[in-house]
Amino acid sequence: MATEVDFAHIGKSVNIKGELSGTEDLYVGGVVEGSIDLAGNNLVIGPNGQVKAKVQVKGVVIEGKVEGSIRATERAELRKTAVVVGDISTQRIVVEDGASFVGKVDVQPEATKPTTPKLAPAQPATNPSPAAPRTPGESVRKS
Amino acid sequence: MKIFRSPTVSPEVKPAPGVERLTRRSSGLRELARLLQSEEPLCVLDLGSTSAANIRYLTERGHKIYSEDLLEASTDPELVTKDVDGQRLLDHKHFFSENLAYSNAQFDLVLCWNLADYLDESLVKPVVARLWSVMKPGGVLLAFFHTREAGPDAPCYRYHIVSPDILEMQHVRAQRDLRKGPTGAGERSFRLQRVFNNRHIENLFRDFTSIKFFLTRDNVREVLVVR
Repeated sequence: MATEVDFAHIGKSVNIKGELSGTEDLYVGGVVEGSIDLAGNNLVIGPNGQVKAKVQVKGVVIEGKVEGSIRATERAELRKTAVVVGDISTQRIVVEDGASFVGKVDVQPEATKPTTPKLAPAQPATNPSPAAPRTPGESVRKS
Repeated sequence: MKIFRSPTVSPEVKPAPGVERLTRRSSGLRELARLLQSEEPLCVLDLGSTSAANIRYLTERGHKIYSEDLLEASTDPELVTKDVDGQRLLDHKHFFSENLAYSNAQFDLVLCWNLADYLDESLVKPVVARLWSVMKPGGVLLAFFHTREAGPDAPCYRYHIVSPDILEMQHVRAQRDLRKGPTGAGERSFRLQRVFNNRHIENLFRDFTSIKFFLTRDNVREVLVVR
């Protein structure tokens, strides 16, 4: 993740009600109520941060309080001071000892990319036909 | 009068070096291993404080995990009310409006751990009834019950799954003061509320299809029930 310096910053005393969206990483130190949509970017909720919202982000690190559903397409991390009530859907989740969580965790790993089937190596002259897919049960004759 | 013996450490319970957690083998968990290795993603309800180990163990196997700390939730002072005789009572309606609020027949597996031993008396049967309704037919529930030999001061543990048949036990305390101690200071340790015998356990789960007991050497009875 980018360093905190690169994050847009909501300070401790700031209180926001409504829809928050953006195309950069965000650090929440204050209170946000509503929704946070940073698809493709990261969110950090600081130890004083309080979020009561639906969250959609690429990655999230939670040190404060969150109430609401969280969808982090890449990674969700709950630090030891995190208090989360709500469902989390993500690809990878890390929970530190001490974190408090009530809700559902749904981990959907990245779908494996389809691999091209390996063709059998070309056979010597005794098997002049090009390598063809074997049918089940058929064994390859070794020369 | 029976004198409660302090729990002896059985060979199965080894203190982990330098760490406050103990480890123990679990026959009940081993029985669940085949279920947890299922290709089909299961819906699992873990009734205890947040366990990073359980979340990791279950999600790595493709299962969904719901986590709820019912024991801690039952200590909410806003639940306390009084009945017509002025006796202390917990407000069930309030409790179930905020806890175990799931649709019927949702869970394949419920990890109840030692909840029934430490939960307020008035909540035990209603919680089991609610668990019955939120479990799928054929769903499995794992619960642990102390035997009489455990003693009234048996510490309350949180169980963390570390392998198909091994649990780590972490001593847990409430986040709120539960009562005044002998010196007047607040006490946060959960107290063993009762000791169930086999008959009591069978009665508690009478609406379930089948029940299996595993007796271990550390004064804990493990029970697997099928919905």
